Amino acid sequence: MADAPPDLPPDAADSLTQRLRAARRTRQHEKILQDKEIERRAVEAAPVVATGAGVRFLEQTGALFSFGAEFWKRFWRRPFEGRELLNQMDEVGTRSFVLTGVVGFAIGIVLAMQSRGTLARFGAESFLPSMLALSVFKEIGPVLTSLVLAGRLGAGMGAELGSMRVTEQIDALEVAALKPFHYLVVTRVLACMIMFPVMTLLTDFLAMAGGYLEAVTADGMALQVFIATAFDSMRFVDVIVDTGKTSLFGFIVGIVSCYMGYTVRGGTREVGRAAMQAVVLSSLLILVADVVVVRISLMLFGDISDAA
Amino acid sequence: MTDAPPADDRDAVPAHERVTGYAPPPPDDVVVELRDVHKSFGPKHILRGVSLAVPRGTSAVVLGGSGTGKSVLTKHVVGLLRPDRGEVWVLGERMDLMTDDQLDRKRTRIGYLFQGGALFDSMTVYENMRFFLDRLTTLSREEKDDLIQESLEDVNLPDKGPQYPAELSGGQKKRIGLARTLILRPDIILYDEPTTGLDPVSVRVVSELIAKLRDERGISSIAITHDLLAAEIITDAAHFLFEGRIVASGSLAEVRRADHPAVQEFFKGTEAYGHV
Repeated sequence: MADAPPDLPPDAADSLTQRLRAARRTRQHEKILQDKEIERRAVEAAPVVATGAGVRFLEQTGALFSFGAEFWKRFWRRPFEGRELLNQMDEVGTRSFVLTGVVGFAIGIVLAMQSRGTLARFGAESFLPSMLALSVFKEIGPVLTSLVLAGRLGAGMGAELGSMRVTEQIDALEVAALKPFHYLVVTRVLACMIMFPVMTLLTDFLAMAGGYLEAVTADGMALQVFIATAFDSMRFVDVIVDTGKTSLFGFIVGIVSCYMGYTVRGGTREVGRAAMQAVVLSSLLILVADVVVVRISLMLFGDISDAA
Repeated sequence: MTDAPPADDRDAVPAHERVTGYAPPPPDDVVVELRDVHKSFGPKHILRGVSLAVPRGTSAVVLGGSGTGKSVLTKHVVGLLRPDRGEVWVLGERMDLMTDDQLDRKRTRIGYLFQGGALFDSMTVYENMRFFLDRLTTLSREEKDDLIQESLEDVNLPDKGPQYPAELSGGQKKRIGLARTLILRPDIILYDEPTTGLDPVSVRVVSELIAKLRDERGISSIAITHDLLAAEIITDAAHFLFEGRIVASGSLAEVRRADHPAVQEFFKGTEAYGHV
């Protein structure tokens, strides 16, 4: 045990300096004491309301929002967990690719098959690629990819962080000064925000490939014709905005799932519940956010009729 | 780090009553001191004024039944929880008034052994221990390996490096958890139920390990437990926690003789096992 640095006597607090330093009342101490006082007053002043479901819902919502705020406060600060971020991006991206890829491809084929009949009634079969591209790039691709990923990742992250919390692994990181929020939460949320748009684009292209496969088998449409018609009525801004919004969805999935897992209290049953709630809540929030984003993007960029 | 005070110094520790405002720090030979610590979770008032001092190089044991706030108490020492009221002095500074960064700096000198060992189950034992060193130090690969091997030998499990936590028994997990704590050379170690759920032989092994660390390295410690065999081996000073207050303190024998009904009940309940 001779590895204590020689120039630094192990907490030799016997010097007057150190004792006074420890005892002084710094501004930071004042602030913490004030916060505590405010908290205490708030608790005392709070009327004893019935702690019904409504109150709990509001509490949960507030806690979720402050968890999200915590992320924005911390993600640009040290320590940067580069390697762990890559790990998580691998988890969100590479290991989810089979799932999102199959979903995209299948949806592309099915969408083409289903629409062909309807379009044929109006003699508008030639619009099939165009319709396909619009629905896939603007709505089905982003939302479906995000929902599928929410299911896969929400459950995974909720359960993983939840069991780490229950077995005190998160506390162990905390007491070893390893900043678990950075290591566990920031990396996961960032990975989601980065990878969701990438996965969405891949899904979009696979869906278009599926649609083309259907078009070829049904009436032997040439690839050039398919591509030219497909992207005829598309605007660049549509692709950007509608793909970019999945970054927001990724944020939602990451924050909600990490929050659910990170704040688990109790035992294994709560871990399961946290995983389930993570999926349900992030799926719901994705759909709500989608409505808002689409409305805003229509206000800002107009719809495709302006471009045509 | 091995400057344990002579045993009779322990009486010199002042017993603190209610402390308000800014009191002077505890004497230098007191590594952990709680003064009138209160903590509530919502309507539940868990700690109702706990005062407790741990002199350097000694082991304190906090006894008490389940749900009396023993874990809450140790979590205050390491800054995982902040008291609603009262002061928490660790190594001459107040933990309850620190920013997160200051806390982190302090925490590298405090070890915490969790109930289940809290090993990261996605990593092998070796990686578990490397993880701390990788993140907190700039040691070379060989230096790290030496430290890891040394720590594993300290807990008598030198060849468990390549195994995953799931392959270890409960007692081994705790010992590996202890090795992972020891690797950072803490001045203080907090033990959360170090022997709960272990067979009597493992209880003895783990407890003797804790006593050995105190005697050979002068590591001060607080152990919370309701295991009297462990308490017997570890204790320098015992404290009995009941309803958020320390109702009896002193040597284990003194606590046993205390006439508080909860204490009597506790010792009566455990005598049947023939411990102590």
